Order: sequence, then C-alpha cells, then structure tokens
Amino acid sequence: MNIIKYIIQKEFRQIFRNKAMLPIIFVMPIIQLIILSNAATFEVKNIKFAYIDNDKTSFSRELVEKFDASNYFAVLTDFPSSKIATSAMLNGKVDVVLEIPPNFERNLLKEKKTDVSLTINAIDGAAAGVENVYANQIVKQFNKKAQVRLMQAGNEMKKLQTIETIPLFWYNETLNYKTFMVPGILVMLVTMITLFLSGMNIVREKEIGTLEQINVTPIKKHHFIIGKLFPFLVLGLVLLTVGLIIAKLLFNIPIVGSIGLLYLYTVVYILVVLGIGLFISNFTDTQQQAMFIAWFFMVIFILMSGLFTPIESMPKWAQVLTEFNPIKYFVQVMRMVMLKGAGFTDIYPQLIKTFAYAVLMNGLAVFSYKKVS
Amino acid sequence: MHKDHAIHVENLTKMFGDFTAVNNISFQVDKGEVFGFLGANGAGKTTAIKMLIGISRPTSGKANVAGYDVKSETEMVKKSIGYMSQKFSLYNDLTIKENITFFGGIYGLKKSVIKEKTQRLIDELGLNDVADKPVSSLPLGWKQKVAFSVSLLHDPKIIFLDEPTGGVDPITRRQFWNMIYREAHKGKTIFVTTHYMDEAEYCDRVSIMVEGKIEALDTPKNLKAQYKVDSMNKVFLKLARNIE
Repeated sequence: MNIIKYIIQKEFRQIFRNKAMLPIIFVMPIIQLIILSNAATFEVKNIKFAYIDNDKTSFSRELVEKFDASNYFAVLTDFPSSKIATSAMLNGKVDVVLEIPPNFERNLLKEKKTDVSLTINAIDGAAAGVENVYANQIVKQFNKKAQVRLMQAGNEMKKLQTIETIPLFWYNETLNYKTFMVPGILVMLVTMITLFLSGMNIVREKEIGTLEQINVTPIKKHHFIIGKLFPFLVLGLVLLTVGLIIAKLLFNIPIVGSIGLLYLYTVVYILVVLGIGLFISNFTDTQQQAMFIAWFFMVIFILMSGLFTPIESMPKWAQVLTEFNPIKYFVQVMRMVMLKGAGFTDIYPQLIKTFAYAVLMNGLAVFSYKKVS
Repeated sequence: MHKDHAIHVENLTKMFGDFTAVNNISFQVDKGEVFGFLGANGAGKTTAIKMLIGISRPTSGKANVAGYDVKSETEMVKKSIGYMSQKFSLYNDLTIKENITFFGGIYGLKKSVIKEKTQRLIDELGLNDVADKPVSSLPLGWKQKVAFSVSLLHDPKIIFLDEPTGGVDPITRRQFWNMIYREAHKGKTIFVTTHYMDEAEYCDRVSIMVEGKIEALDTPKNLKAQYKVDSMNKVFLKLARNIE
C-alpha cells in the first residue's frame, strides 16, 4: 500500500512540474468545450433562399413574404429565369429555389389547386430534408390563409377535416441544441485527456529508460499500475467537475439527475479508458506510436458513439460494433442522468457493461505489462 | 551449493530469433569481488547483465545471483541487487531528494529510514546546495554519483553497474571508482562493465566477452602475462583482433 503511495506522489509531482502539460490538460479541454458546444449544431438556419416569381400577383407576393418572415430562410433575390437560378445554385450562392408558375393566383382561385416547384441543394441530405420540411410548413400556413381569403371572396368551401399533431418536447423543451451537445462533448474531452495521458505515460518511461530501473526493483505489477492509474483518474474527475460547472454556468444546461450517480459512473468509465491507455502503452515503444494508436481508437469511438449521429441510423454491423464502444455508454449515461434525471436502476445496464469492460481492460493491461522480456 | 559465490553462471544463453546474443557462458563471481565485465559494443554484455538482474529471460542455462535462481526466484534476486544502467535512470524532472524518496519508497523502505538515508547521502556527496534542484540541472558526473547512491539505498548485496562512467570526465571517474571501492570494502560484490581499459586495471578479475562468448577470464595481472603485453588495453585489442 505504501509503495502505491510513493508512485502516486511521484506521478503528481511530475504532472504539476511539467509546465507545458498543465495547460494542455486543463485549459485546452475547456476552450474546446466552449468552442465546440457553440459550433457543433445541426440546426439548419439562415438557408440561402431565392425565388422565381412568374406570376407577380398579390398571392405570389404573399407566399414569398411568408418565406421572408421565417427565421430559417434568408431571402436573397428574385431571379428572372430558372436558368440564372440554376447557375446560382451551382455556385453555391443559393440552396433553395422556389419557382412560382404563371397563373398561380388564377389557378388557385378558379381550380382551388396549383403547384409550386421547390429545388433544394441536397449534397447534405439531412439538411435538405430539414429545409424541405421548413418550406412545406410555410406553404401549409399559406394554404390556410389562402382558404380564408377564398371564403371571403364568396367561394364555397368544403369544411376542413384536419388532424393536427401537437408536439410536446420532453427533457429539452426549448429544443436547445446545446443541451443535447454539451454533455456529449464533455464526455469526449474527459475521454481524450485520460486516454492520451495514460497511453503515453508508461511508454514515456520506456523512452527515457526509467522503466528499466523500475523493472529491476521488486515492485509488484499491480502496485505499479494502480499507482500509475490513480493520478489520471483524479485528473479525469477534476476535468469532469470543471466541465459540469461550465455547462451549468455558461450554457445553463440542466443537471436533473444525481451528481453522485454521475461521478460513480464516471469513475468506472475512466478506469476503462485508462486500461485501454495502458494496454496501448505496453505494446508500443515510442510516445509517437502510442499517440497514433490512441487517435485511431479515439476517432472510431467518437464517431460511433451516438454523439454526432444516432446509433439507430447506423447499419446493423456498425450497431453491433458500438456495443464495444465505451464512449457510447458514457454519452448515454450523461444525457440520461443530466437531462432526464435517470436513477441507478435506469443506468444499471450501462454501469454493468462498463464495469465488465473495466475489469477486462485493466486485467489485460496488468497481464500484458512485462517486467521480464 | 554456491555458498562463496555471489554470482554463479552455467551455460547461460540468450537467443533473439536466429541470433545468439549470449552464447553458453559460464563463470563465477566471489563475494566482495570487483568483477570487470568487458567486451566491445555488441559483444553481448548488456544482454548478459539483463539476464542476471532478472529483466530478460535466459533461453537456456542457469544463473544464480545472491543465492537465488534468476528464472524462478526473480523477485528475490531483485531485492538483493542494485542496478545502475548506462542509460541514465533517475527522473530528470524530480529533485535529488524526490528521486531518493521515490526509489527508497518502491523498495519498501520506511519513511524514517528514507529520511535518514537521504540526508546522509546528500552530505556524503556534498550536494546540500542542489538537493532541491531538478536532477536535469546537474552535470552528468554528479547525476551518475547520485544514481549510484540511489542503487545502494536498499542495501543490496550485489551491485550491477552497466558502463557507469560513460561520458564522464577523468576526475569524476576517479571519484566514482573510489565510491565503488568503498562499497567493495564493506563486503558488497561489484559487477561492472566498462569501455575504459584503465578502469579494467582496478578490477580484481575481468572477463572479456567477444561475440557472445567469454574469451578470457582472470586477474588483470595474469591476463597481461598470458598475452605477453603491458596493459589491459593491449589484451583487449589482441582478443578482439584474433576474432576478426
């Protein structure tokens, strides 16, 4: 036990003495949290919108005004022909083009039916889908208004038989994107720092030759590894704390659930990450190699975590792979506990899987650490 | 069985794939002896040392260090030996005191013992002024003296020194060897590798390794007589040239 204490003391001394590392550990993640949380949004706003009005009547102008009034569309220009509109789309100046046919008003009044054409740049398919929905909503609103006008004009109207859905947005009533992203980004940062630090730590001692000196002492493998891991566990928890404070104060993210439960899970989770880091350390000879391998896993873990893209939309084989992704569980637990107020029983499956993962990875790390070559 | 031998090696071999780094070597080192382990670069000295200190597993053969088998009683061997390598092995970003505390700690010394030993060591080496400075700020010769002292913290019976004086100035080398002798007089066994042939003359006995084998083993005096030369340098050159 005493031996572990001496290792921990030495590790902390080295961490706090390294003037270049301290800002990397604490300042960088905080800047990332602030920048990424503001920038990483899937909200589709300020859509570059143009129209071709071939009708030029009060009806057609009203439709265009509806788009103009919307927060989502930034109305750019009125194109005289669809040819010019096409080339503007090609240049990327415009993303959505509405073409109002000639006799738009007349057809609407006489036949109570008409079409407009909507052209959307669909290189980003998800954004195009959202833009389509927004445009449809505006046209729908215009329809309602038009019906009222037609009735006023003395036309017979069939009674409307509509079913309206009234959405209730739970857990994030204001549909604030940051509420969704900040807990996830916090997970990413805690993971990155703890994985990189632990991944490079033992390999660094290999490089400078001190590991050999350690290996000629009668130190027990598990003492050494526990002593090495503990400081990074503490660092990870400090980072989580700083991140939660920023989330609360700066982004006003609700923390509905139990903070204690969040920390309990985080401790188990960081053990997984540290185990992976040490495992990498044991199989590499230089910090450079360790860094590249850590990055390889980091990128896969992040992109397959459900942080940016929903796991449900991934192909079946990818969904199976995500079962082995610790970040996935942490993102789930963070969002569940912070936003939904999930309790112990709710996160039990994630907790158990993560715990099993931690036992496995640290077992492998101790096993693969060889004092004798 | 090897009561008088600090180190007893029989047919020790280490292979890396097809390459035989250490080829069937056998020798004994007596207790309290200063034993010089010489050889050109790549002759297999470091590999042999690594097997003796228990961080490299022998392919075949037997080695007994301080009465313990290096294969089956590795941790007991490690408790009984001190080691200082050619690769400087203190933490550069820690101070002298912190290094002593750490290594004393992982050898399981008591806090009071560490404190007392730290002070004695710093006094003996005359390092009071720099004891709280990071090791990186010290000249190489001082670092090596500290590293040597640190390897003695847990009072080992045998001390392995792998090129301890590499790159160190002649005066410091002299002082270093005085430290070595002082430990030998206390009854400790010294196992030292070096490239400096004048240092070989200080040893009680030397072995010369050439291409994984021990080609000569005797006192410096006898070796010089056997090869009919007047310095260890010439003994070494003759042996190395014979092989080429």
